[in-house]
Amino acid sequence: MALCAAATRSDLQAVLGTLAPISPAADLRVPETGLVMVQGRMGGDGAPFNVGEATVSRAAVQVGERSGFAYHLGRDQTKARLAAIVDALWQDDNRRAAVETALAEVEARLEAEAAVRAAQTAATRVNFFTMVRGDD
Amino acid sequence: MTATLPSGAGFTDAVGQTQALFRVLMDAMARPGSIGRMPFDLAPPAPLTPELAAIALTMADQEASLWLDPGLSAVDAVARYLRFHTGAPLTDDPAQGAFALIGDPRHMPPLDAFSQGLEDYPDRSTTLVIAVEELAAATPDNARAFVLEGPGIAERAAFIASPLPDDFRAQLQRNRARFPRGVDCLFACAGRIAAIPRSSTIIGGV
Amino acid sequence: MYVAVKGGEAAIDNAHTLLAHTRRGAPEVPEITPAQIAGQLTLAAERVMAEGSLYDPALAALAIKQARGDLVEAIFLVRAFRTTLPRFGQSVPLDTSAMAIERRISATYKDLPGGQVLGPTFDYTHRLIDFLLEAGAEVPEPARADAGDAVVAPRVTDLLDGESLIERETRADDAPAPDITREPMEFPASRDQRLQVLARGDEGFLLALGYSTQRGYGRTHPFVGEIRFGEVAVEFVPEELGFPVPLGNVRLTECQMVNQFTGSADKPPQFTRGYGLVFGQGERKAMAMSLVDRALRAHEFGEESGAPAQDEEFVLSHCDNVQATGFVEHLKLPHYVDFQAELELVRRMRAEYAAREERVEEEARE
Repeated sequence: MALCAAATRSDLQAVLGTLAPISPAADLRVPETGLVMVQGRMGGDGAPFNVGEATVSRAAVQVGERSGFAYHLGRDQTKARLAAIVDALWQDDNRRAAVETALAEVEARLEAEAAVRAAQTAATRVNFFTMVRGDD
Repeated sequence: MTATLPSGAGFTDAVGQTQALFRVLMDAMARPGSIGRMPFDLAPPAPLTPELAAIALTMADQEASLWLDPGLSAVDAVARYLRFHTGAPLTDDPAQGAFALIGDPRHMPPLDAFSQGLEDYPDRSTTLVIAVEELAAATPDNARAFVLEGPGIAERAAFIASPLPDDFRAQLQRNRARFPRGVDCLFACAGRIAAIPRSSTIIGGV
Repeated sequence: MYVAVKGGEAAIDNAHTLLAHTRRGAPEVPEITPAQIAGQLTLAAERVMAEGSLYDPALAALAIKQARGDLVEAIFLVRAFRTTLPRFGQSVPLDTSAMAIERRISATYKDLPGGQVLGPTFDYTHRLIDFLLEAGAEVPEPARADAGDAVVAPRVTDLLDGESLIERETRADDAPAPDITREPMEFPASRDQRLQVLARGDEGFLLALGYSTQRGYGRTHPFVGEIRFGEVAVEFVPEELGFPVPLGNVRLTECQMVNQFTGSADKPPQFTRGYGLVFGQGERKAMAMSLVDRALRAHEFGEESGAPAQDEEFVLSHCDNVQATGFVEHLKLPHYVDFQAELELVRRMRAEYAAREERVEEEARE
């Protein structure tokens, strides 16, 4: 599910493309955008406080016998609905393997992007060395 | 991750339909004793009635909690339906609910068991939503009618709602005496709605 | 007296059309897109998210475009937008120690686990205008290095905690914090309420207040224990599901300010903490917030107080730039009747003054 949250709308369209045919999805709840109040902790590890809100879109669908849902940052209700369909298909034991295979490609791309960012960040790490040691 | 999603659909046009129903509820509260029409039906799991479901989906949310009477809370599908469509927390304590859904008015708790609000924040009281079997306009001389006076009523308003507890009229009078604290009541049946807010004076004997 | 007047509709409509035209600027210059603002004026969009108190980079960018780059106006637009949305709930409190770090520095320890990671910073630039940017020169590819353990680094405050040299945060329970956007704040405010107000407060106002504490108006002897910036995962427990679901990542800046405390009758001398946490890469804001957070705790530590930054009611009532702009800018609305009344009053007082002067002169002549 974290993967679907990080994926783009076109990622999910591509994933569902590989899983066709899919029976039509019915909305259990119409896709909707709302707010979640993001809480931090005082000092990073203390009691909670409110940092500010974030937009969140959600969807809940029924595909055949299975229901699926999604909650994502942002206002893309279409993406949330696609993710809910992916979730519903994943609930189906007969399709789970195919869903995971289709998502693996997205996962590999997201991991590669994160690795590049981490490597670029690591290159800005300071290596201190002592210039002069004044002992005498 | 497996989620148990509910049976029973919510509104198809959540914004438009809840706004329309909000208007109906506001009018019912503003004109106590008048009979309003609820424009649509839902198909919630029994014994939750379509009227109670529509009002809950319109009014309850993450910050407006729901109390269900024992007949409703005994059915797991009802709780799941309401949680899913409203996101509202469900509470066991009638004094904690922003809204109370009452499916069996014969055995409902007394009005003073619900949150009465505070002198400084009278809005923090419970609004009772009561599913009755009969709801009809009446003339003020009808012995079965609730006859009301007060804000929003030209002279007198009257309507019949039943079944309700035997001493309900007396309870409403005590509720009125607590003003500005006290609860507000909505009565719903077969697509119709009427209200007795705490501002209404109940005329007639016990 | 109250006089209702009508008129000006056509002028207002035309002014708005002119605004749209002026916003577009010279037609031969390509129109700016929200994606360009979010991607290239990122810190402006992030400031709008922080002070608009709404995490949504695309929305913040659009607001900046609509506001012609006026960030306070953009913040106002974002605040107005959030009122149109339903609230789904509160997130699980963020775990900033699990941040995917893009910058992390400490001014208190040179060699700390995880290291000093500069990230994309303006520090050490010479603040010379770069005319190559105007020419559209290509930027070199960033260097890469083995990431190792740079991704997750322990908090600096945990290092001091080993010797009990620093105060511990209390974490009795995880009851949701009171929300100043839902329940009106009353004074004295709790620290969680203060931090919420500061997190959405105006950067300029908080910067000035933080600066004032350094210049002696409520000294707090601050050191930057740590500043970190990067992405943190947000989780949320929907009421109908009852288990946490990942929503995605938000970019945040956290500042741990470490302050000397000389001790009191019931507390030994130790270091205390001021805390800053803001949406986006907002180092200046996070630092200012942590300075003001600590200054507002003066009372808690029995310290001498009275400086502006220590005055909770003053700070919290005036740090919101949407509230401030509303009240200041309302002065330009018609006050014709109020002013007529004042005009009459001043004329009468002048007449009385003139009469008095005349009397004094007459008496002098007599």
